[in-house]
Amino acid sequence: MTMACPGCAAMPAEVGAAPVAADIVLHLPDIHCAACIATVEDGLAQMPGVRDVRVNLTQRRAFVTAMPEVATDDLVDRLAALGHRAQALDTGMLAGQSAVGRDLLMRIGVAGFAMMNVMLLSVAVWAGAADSTSHVFHLIAAAIALPAVAFSARPFFASALRSLSVGRLNMDVPIALAIGLSAAVSLVGALGVSDRASWFDAALALTFFLLVGRYLDHLGRQAARSAAADLAALESPQAIVLRDGEDHVVRAENLQPGDVIRVAPGSRIPADGVILSGRSELDCAALTGESLPVTAETGAEVAAGALNLSAALTIRCTRAGNDTTLRRLADLIAMAETQRSRYSSLADRAARLYAPVVHLLGFAGFAGWWWATGDAGRALEVAISILVITCPCALGLAVPAVSTVTTARLFRMGLLVKSRTALERLADVDTVVFDKTGTLTTGQPVLCSDPSDVDLARAAGLCAGSSHPLSRAICDAARQRGVRAITVAGVREIPGCGLQAGGVRLGRADWVSPDAVPSQEAEVWLVDENHTPAVFQFAEDLRPDAAACINRLRDAGVDVALLSGDAQAPVTRIAAALGLTEAHARMTPEGKAAWLTERADAGHRVLMIGDGLNDTGALAVAHASLAPSTALDAARNLADVILLTDSLLPIPEALAQARVARGRMGQNMALAIGYNLIFVPMACAGFATPLMAAIAMSTSSLTVTGNAMRASK
Amino acid sequence: MNVLVMLIPISVLLGILGLACFIWTLRTRQYDDPDGDRNRILDARWDDAPRPDRSTPDR
Repeated sequence: MTMACPGCAAMPAEVGAAPVAADIVLHLPDIHCAACIATVEDGLAQMPGVRDVRVNLTQRRAFVTAMPEVATDDLVDRLAALGHRAQALDTGMLAGQSAVGRDLLMRIGVAGFAMMNVMLLSVAVWAGAADSTSHVFHLIAAAIALPAVAFSARPFFASALRSLSVGRLNMDVPIALAIGLSAAVSLVGALGVSDRASWFDAALALTFFLLVGRYLDHLGRQAARSAAADLAALESPQAIVLRDGEDHVVRAENLQPGDVIRVAPGSRIPADGVILSGRSELDCAALTGESLPVTAETGAEVAAGALNLSAALTIRCTRAGNDTTLRRLADLIAMAETQRSRYSSLADRAARLYAPVVHLLGFAGFAGWWWATGDAGRALEVAISILVITCPCALGLAVPAVSTVTTARLFRMGLLVKSRTALERLADVDTVVFDKTGTLTTGQPVLCSDPSDVDLARAAGLCAGSSHPLSRAICDAARQRGVRAITVAGVREIPGCGLQAGGVRLGRADWVSPDAVPSQEAEVWLVDENHTPAVFQFAEDLRPDAAACINRLRDAGVDVALLSGDAQAPVTRIAAALGLTEAHARMTPEGKAAWLTERADAGHRVLMIGDGLNDTGALAVAHASLAPSTALDAARNLADVILLTDSLLPIPEALAQARVARGRMGQNMALAIGYNLIFVPMACAGFATPLMAAIAMSTSSLTVTGNAMRASK
Repeated sequence: MNVLVMLIPISVLLGILGLACFIWTLRTRQYDDPDGDRNRILDARWDDAPRPDRSTPDR
């Protein structure tokens, strides 16, 4: 029995332990310290049926082993009571992520071990050990190096073989060639067939540095993939189906057309359908960008993704699962997105140039020396030294090291980078376009008119029991002003209209007093028998640091624009509050995309920031895209970067970091190429020794990594 | 130079020991949560007695 650390209990799996309990994975976005770990682990462990809890702070997840009867929602509620936000993750999507990483680490360990030992033996030879000592060292080095190369470099050999078998050259072909040839020639030397220098340490150093680069690259990919899995798993919407007079909870994607579903107030409609019974208000902000709720009655068609606000609805599905309006739009966008994935990263472009050049150089070196000296062994040695020295250790590290460091930095600021080329694209951005509802604003209305205290107190009394956003806004306003709500008895909520208690009514203007003229603004009226109506007007609440964010973007020389699907009046108000000159209202999704395409044609690189379905077209077309974590899942799936915090301030910071990262990648490439420019001519001239190759490779790899880790000013 | 006959096997064996330890740490998943381990050392919950061994799932 191994016991790693009593506090951690990071123990190997018990072989043969029967899986008696269900596993639940929770995503905890806010945990950050030892106290959080202790709170979460102790809090959950005290719940009945929970057998084990283990928090992973790096991934911000909690792994819970619990009896089957434990409900995930109870765990989430318990954590909410402890002050931690939590979301359930779909375990199926998260399986088997770390196996590749561990495999690579193992190979790095073996290559590193062998490299150190062989290097020590080589130092003795370089320092002047001769004859039998040198020969014995050569043999020992062979005994260590050959198995190590065979094990560690297998990914390169496998990839090179795959690529050659379809008749193509990739980065791994020259790598495999360099490693394989140098090991083979050194083995011939070790066995005493010929008197050749030992290239074993070069072969191992090559393998080691390249594996490190490969591992960093893997970390980047894994972060992107696990971000995508997190997001996909976050929202696994459920639906309540009425079948045989009973309620069944099913996953939304399993719904069939014709199913009758019930949608409680406060939840999203899971499928397109027709309302069978009920009258409610729908918040379609995510679909259209409109900030005002829409009334829906029996017989009305509703679209998946709308938020049901005031009353329960019974809906017959017309389209469900992958066939809903929302999904089909998302699919169209996915096709548009493949266009953007054609953006090739800096590293890919370098690799495309690199492979043929290296082969040509190596072959030219071999042919030239053979022709000049007639000594095939000597020519082969020169070719090996060229291949070893040009091998892309630094090149392979240059970009992944920078992007790994920067992605980690952005994650600490609250930004999840989903796309691997996102950093490079963010660095190009010269225009930032915001959506309004849910992005610049919180999406929650606040009271903006100034009713008398008495009216406010009566309204707050009526609203006390209602969960409608406008009711909540009135209650908040009353609390802020210190007005105590007048308790009202017998309040009835009339969905789609308002609240009523006896003769007192609070609600839509045309319901409260039928001769009223409906206005464009969001407002409710309060009337009773003998007073003139009191009008409550609402505006959207700006995110607290939206103005600061926009100012910083302007300071960084970036243009800012606002594109919204909402009506002219609220857009103008928000634009004025933020000092935006470029603001467009009533934009259709196609209009937004067209506007962005126009900008792109004019040579601008645009970052689109939006959260709704009406933004998805624009998110897909834009050069780079960002969505807040509260966004609809279609928008989140499309965005390159997800903003995990409520603050918008990380956005200008992300642009700055991306520019720094882009600069570092350039510097690193230049450094790596600079080393090659010095050492390749020497290798071609036949001066290269294993010692020189070892020094060139290590110093270039170390400078490149050091440059990537350097803290930004 | 006869001392090399002893020293080289010993040094290689020590190296292999180190490698074996590394592989053991890898197998026991000690690199899965570096941030968490860094913080757990500040945690006073299990200072007096080790954490009771509940069935730890494989991950």
